Amino acid sequence: MAFASITTIKSRTAVLGAENIDTDQIIAARFLTTTSQDGLGQYAFYDWRYMQDGTLKSDSPLNASDIQERRILVGGANFGCGSSREHATWALLDFGFRAVISTDIADIFKNNALKNGLLAIEVDRETHEALLATPGVEIEIDLPVQLVRLSNGRTVPFEIEAFAKSCLLNGVDTLGALLAQSEAIAAYERRRTVEG
Amino acid sequence: MALTLFDKLWAAHEVVPETDERPAVLYIDLHLVHEVTSPQAFSVLKQKGLRVRRPDLTLATLDHSTPTLPPNASGEHPFATPEAKAQVETLQANCAEFGIELFGFDDPRRGIVHVIGPEQGVTQPGKTIVCGDSHTSTHGAFGALAFGIGTTEVGHVLATQCLFQRKPKRMLIEFDGLCQPGVTAKDMALAMIRQIGADGGAGYAMEFSGEAIRALSMEGRMTLCNMSIEAGARVGLIAPDETTFDYLKGRPAVPQGDAFVARCEEWRGLATDDGAEFDRIVRIDAASVLPMVTYGVSPDAAAPVQANAPLASNAEQKNAADYMGIEPGERLIDVQVDRVFIGSCTNSRIEDLRLAAAVLRDQKVANGVNLLIAPGSELVRRQAEAEGLDEVFKTAGADWRLPGCSMCIAMNGDRGEPGDLVVSTSNRNFVGRQGKGVRTVLASPATAAASAIAGRLCDPRDFLKDIV
Ligand code: SF4
Repeated sequence: MAFASITTIKSRTAVLGAENIDTDQIIAARFLTTTSQDGLGQYAFYDWRYMQDGTLKSDSPLNASDIQERRILVGGANFGCGSSREHATWALLDFGFRAVISTDIADIFKNNALKNGLLAIEVDRETHEALLATPGVEIEIDLPVQLVRLSNGRTVPFEIEAFAKSCLLNGVDTLGALLAQSEAIAAYERRRTVEG
Repeated sequence: MALTLFDKLWAAHEVVPETDERPAVLYIDLHLVHEVTSPQAFSVLKQKGLRVRRPDLTLATLDHSTPTLPPNASGEHPFATPEAKAQVETLQANCAEFGIELFGFDDPRRGIVHVIGPEQGVTQPGKTIVCGDSHTSTHGAFGALAFGIGTTEVGHVLATQCLFQRKPKRMLIEFDGLCQPGVTAKDMALAMIRQIGADGGAGYAMEFSGEAIRALSMEGRMTLCNMSIEAGARVGLIAPDETTFDYLKGRPAVPQGDAFVARCEEWRGLATDDGAEFDRIVRIDAASVLPMVTYGVSPDAAAPVQANAPLASNAEQKNAADYMGIEPGERLIDVQVDRVFIGSCTNSRIEDLRLAAAVLRDQKVANGVNLLIAPGSELVRRQAEAEGLDEVFKTAGADWRLPGCSMCIAMNGDRGEPGDLVVSTSNRNFVGRQGKGVRTVLASPATAAASAIAGRLCDPRDFLKDIV
């Protein structure tokens, strides 16, 4: 899907420190019987935000009064593990997040996130611990130079796959680039007759 | 140069090799599709006016939101919600519009996406296989490069039959020696995940090898590769051998006769060469693997069923113990069970059902325990019924259902009630996975069946004395 190009994201953080936050937590299976990718933000972390009777949990960081302005989610290690459901990425974007930071982000989730304009950033353990310990702190993610600027002025480098980065900077999806390979694909099919 | 199985599979499917700027363009030989992760991808194709490049390499089935109870007298399926019905109808319409074969409700080949591919022989050594489903790693049991993708990538494969992919690192998991009787592939999987952690395989393609792997049936190999994603690895691989070829021989989609023999010869060449290098090697002593269960809310929180629940060493483990209602230090065999689920792409094949039946024969499910069994496919269901396994299950007090994902993901109305402790042969014990507030304990079909009889977690070897 096409999305707005991303260069920098400056925002206060929301913090969910638990390790192994799986995509079932981000969006539960009972919300997956949709045929659309829109409007899923209301279901993001539903059981973390609402009590059994449907009232808001006052102690959830995701129910902070200014949550709508927080663009950066800091999660515990192995964020996004489990199911490949892209609904998890769509739900986080629709909820308002533009970036997720952890020490390590699960492969399929990371892939899905980057393809939709949700930055998935892995930082070192020390930086991660500092971010976990200071929810709500304002930080800036600078994609072109691949740096996170912390509130104390320190900068932390991060890695990002080069092609994903260029797609994010230009706000283009990768389908166009794949379609542009159609001759190479046809040549491959001739070279190696692929049977159904 | 000595190459690994993974290297060979990758090289054979590179349409355009990777560079610093661009991932490789990788060709996909088989794209499996189901109702939950495909509708938005088909929508993109329609918006852009694209067609499906290779409908002949695409195969769809109904499994996730699909009821496991039969249709009523007027042929209406008991969908959990109108949305579930709409989702199934959307896939039916998309397959009709784009010319994709769909194993629909009345098709005797319908079943869970990772059960039907191997069953039909469309899953073959040497292929690249993807599906919008993380457990696509299952097909790696045949020596196919198989991995889960998101919906955007489902659209990419539909439109181009290709994906942009970066090459993962390679990990070898070597099981030394043989397992003890009564220990299954599920126990090996849980032991492996416990050893390397739920993110231990992230960024890697895993290959399993060793004597204990060679000794596994295809069903067992599928169980193990299925669970590689629970250790974070998108790919789990096992080199094809005679066991693989025996399984595939005569299946509808494989070549027959001499052509099959010739194909097997090619497939033999896929095995990792002597001296090939891996980025990481993990050794596991197969003989020391015991029947395993999970006690927490991540698949690496696993322990032998005969052990005590480990002490919680941080706040997270304490929260998990609170959620599970399993006291650190408590004997796991004292944990009370409310429900048992035997099914899912991990453990719903005929061998799994035979094992469960061997435990349940002439036994009764404990009072107050609900046992639901959902076969992996319509063919598995028919085979089980031909062998009389359904009678064993029903006599024991089990609920014998139609094929589907069922309580593995609890999307179709099959689920536990808040607070229930469910022993499940599926693959994920995440909070709420089997219904809001439901507590999941992962186990093998033997352990699940034994626990249903005992009403608490139970070592299946107590019931398998005559067999193992
Ligand atoms: S059985 Fe469970 S894990 Fe397997 S495909 Fe279905 S929902 Fe996914």
